[in-house]
Amino acid sequence: MNELLERLQRHFDVNNINVLKPGMTTLKIGKDSAEILIRELRDREGYTHLNFITCIDYIEDGIFTLVYMLHNYDSKHTLGVHVDIDREHEEMTSIHTLWAQAWTYQRELREMYGINFPGSPRLDEDFCLEGWDQIPPMRREFDTRVFSEERFGHREGRHSEVPRVHMKMELYPKRGGDEE
Amino acid sequence: MIKTLGTEDTLENAGLTDEEQQLFSNARPRAYEPYPIKAVEDFANWARANSLWILAFGTGCGAIELRPLMTARFDANRFGVAGRPTPRQSSVFIIGGYASVKTLKRIIRSYEQMQGPKFVIALGICPINGGMYFDSYNTVNRFDQYIPVDLYITGCMPRPEVLVAGIMELQNKIKAGRCDGANRYVENFDWYKANQKKVIKNWDMPDYNW
Repeated sequence: MNELLERLQRHFDVNNINVLKPGMTTLKIGKDSAEILIRELRDREGYTHLNFITCIDYIEDGIFTLVYMLHNYDSKHTLGVHVDIDREHEEMTSIHTLWAQAWTYQRELREMYGINFPGSPRLDEDFCLEGWDQIPPMRREFDTRVFSEERFGHREGRHSEVPRVHMKMELYPKRGGDEE
Repeated sequence: MIKTLGTEDTLENAGLTDEEQQLFSNARPRAYEPYPIKAVEDFANWARANSLWILAFGTGCGAIELRPLMTARFDANRFGVAGRPTPRQSSVFIIGGYASVKTLKRIIRSYEQMQGPKFVIALGICPINGGMYFDSYNTVNRFDQYIPVDLYITGCMPRPEVLVAGIMELQNKIKAGRCDGANRYVENFDWYKANQKKVIKNWDMPDYNW
């Protein structure tokens, strides 16, 4: 494992290496060299299986973090490649040439986060959301509760709690839910 | 070619292209009229109550509860319940839990294709008020705004025992002649259609799927 990371560090600018548990490591790489790194991992290092591609929205930092989870069947090791992209210019190199199934993930990310993958097949077709006319729903500036109340309405008499407020009242009833 | 009716009292079918307009009927649905003799209608209702054929369309997580229903332990066949592969052959539509907007479109299409008399059971809490998906961007909160519901079974998830109890309750309602959901749909057709089109933005099917 360490030899692999040393080899990678010799050729690529990888940082934030994080051993989550035995058999699972994550590392971070810049946007421009990410595709070359993933190609190298697939062709030379035996990470032949793409588990999934997903995205994390760090709205405070103004970035999306894309996570490419790769698996090596021989060493039974999973490697997560994290790539930060700008939230304002959400665009990433498509890897559907490396794994054909990647275009499905990319289509999903396009719909849920609005991330563009130039050249990825059928990217702008509707996937889960048919006829969606708002900003992509998994972006954190999208207020799903307000949208749900406007679009779907609520049944009269339904009572719901904000979990955070409710738990504070449960834990500190004498102080009226005051944490301090 | 299907006979197109005159402009009065027909559906617009605005979601279809000009070519497709010729392929689909634009007639409005008709309400079910009971037999004039009450004894005959009661007999027909008794027969309907004892041959409930369920549309095998798993619309949510609750569909997993329909599988044990047909096995030896719960044996829904003793109530005359059977699964059917197409809407044309079935008389009961069980909404298995949450209905997302994409599924709702298929639910409407299947429900309208079912031949009357037809009944709808809403399973779980989600069709009633949204359940745990009350603030979801893609799950409808009040299912009865889009399709008339004859019987609710609440819970998350309801066990097959409850489903059996619900089927028996539905049979009692049918025998008493109180399951008029399909007629409510016809009578308030414009209201239902307006609600459906409010959430389904890409309406590319006929206004009524005959």
